[in-house]
Amino acid sequence: MSLSAKPAARQHAIHIEQLRKSYSEPAAGDVHYIIKDVDLVIKGGEFFVLLGPSGCGKSTLLNMIAGFVSKSGGHLRVDNIEVDKPGRDRAVVFQQADSSLFPWLTVRENVEFGLRMKKVAKAERQSLSSRYIKLVGLDGHEDKFPKALSGGMKQRVQLARVLANDPAILLMDEPFGALDAMTRRTMQKELVQIWRETHKTVIFVTHDIQEALLLGERIGIMSVGPSSNITDIYDNTLPFPRDVASPEFYALYSRIQSHFEE
Amino acid sequence: MRWVEKKWVSVSLLWLAVLLLWQLGAWVYGPDVIPGPWATARGGRELVEDGTLVQYIGVSLYRVLIGWVLGSLLAIPAGLIIGKVNVVRLFAEPFLNFIRFIPPIAFITLFLVWFGIGEQSKIALIMYATFFIVVLNTLTGVMSVEEDKIRSARSMGASEWQILLHVIVPSTIPYIFTGVRLAMGTSYMAIIGAEMIASNEGVGYLIWNSRLFFRTDWIFVGLISLGFMGFFTDRVFGWFGRKVLYRYGVVSVAAHRR
Repeated sequence: MSLSAKPAARQHAIHIEQLRKSYSEPAAGDVHYIIKDVDLVIKGGEFFVLLGPSGCGKSTLLNMIAGFVSKSGGHLRVDNIEVDKPGRDRAVVFQQADSSLFPWLTVRENVEFGLRMKKVAKAERQSLSSRYIKLVGLDGHEDKFPKALSGGMKQRVQLARVLANDPAILLMDEPFGALDAMTRRTMQKELVQIWRETHKTVIFVTHDIQEALLLGERIGIMSVGPSSNITDIYDNTLPFPRDVASPEFYALYSRIQSHFEE
Repeated sequence: MRWVEKKWVSVSLLWLAVLLLWQLGAWVYGPDVIPGPWATARGGRELVEDGTLVQYIGVSLYRVLIGWVLGSLLAIPAGLIIGKVNVVRLFAEPFLNFIRFIPPIAFITLFLVWFGIGEQSKIALIMYATFFIVVLNTLTGVMSVEEDKIRSARSMGASEWQILLHVIVPSTIPYIFTGVRLAMGTSYMAIIGAEMIASNEGVGYLIWNSRLFFRTDWIFVGLISLGFMGFFTDRVFGWFGRKVLYRYGVVSVAAHRR
């Protein structure tokens, strides 16, 4: 699916200029930056993958876009509005479902959480939650509590929970990192499916090159910290669903792999 | 020997052994020092028949329950505020950690001066005994709420007040429950002390007053009554936790049996 096929998603672009983050005081002299001078433009409706080794600051960047972490310098705009706090337009899918889902609520109640906070009427809440529970393939599990679900199912709940609020942007922080390989493949396929159906802008953080290539339209490579930065951006125009065994896939894989072999 | 492994068999055997040991002690040391099970039962019957035992248990239970409920009702919001607001915690924590080492019993005389000889001083003492345990547990619960939960609620549009009500309170419920349950134990300790020193009714008064008549069997009756009172209130509370608060992850001892 090309970008021109979904003009409605053209908005909600993210503009990042000279963005930096440091936890030390600027007056202290020797300032230690986690990320430094990041420039990036993400188009509305795009599937963008941030790829980099552990500790390179990709989660920090994601948390800054989410509004959880404040910036130390530069600009970060969504729809030309400077981001300084979390907002309904940017939903976050966390790596650990156990720490982010509410264990005292059932699957349905978890999915309805954002709607309840917004005081949406019960009937509408129910129809929306049913729709998104079905979209992630959890129908029949509405009344279960998270602890009765497998790791993959919990991540589906997280996904349905954020989609129910209809955010423009999905921020995903290694959401499949803790899943077994087989569940992971299924979830990757379904995520692509959901992205194509919902036209969300997705920023997906991972350290797995294959996962990045299976999902992303563009892949931003982050350098090893400190003062890490996006050093290269690869376009990935391979058609969905992507074939890991194709020569094109392998060629791109080797090119990206070479970045991390120094 | 499979019949020994049956629960009711092993439990009955255990209690039989306890009774036997108790009786053995009574034979060796004489009924004035250790009244045997039979003598204790006789003393108990005496106290039940003239109505004092039931009345004393009622009075002690009433004091404990009122003080414990009021203390918890004060302590839970206090713990939530201290845990949530950093400035308040900065001031409150050293104070909490100073005062919680002063046992309730140490305050009895002072509370008598402040609140008089009547019910007020006893209830205040139980409230004191309850307050710090519940505050500290609630506070710990608030501090242990995972950051991801708060963040996800916030990015789904929850206000700070909604986060407190819909994320922090439910996450903290198992901690509050444990605190309130532990506080029940200290409440019993406090009330017995208070009734020994300044009361003319209650189980603590019974235990203390029996010395005047050299009725060790009544002392035994008082002790056993206390055990039962604690046991039953704790069971009822644990049952309440399992039935009403199960979705918040409240576990109680009996739940482990399955």
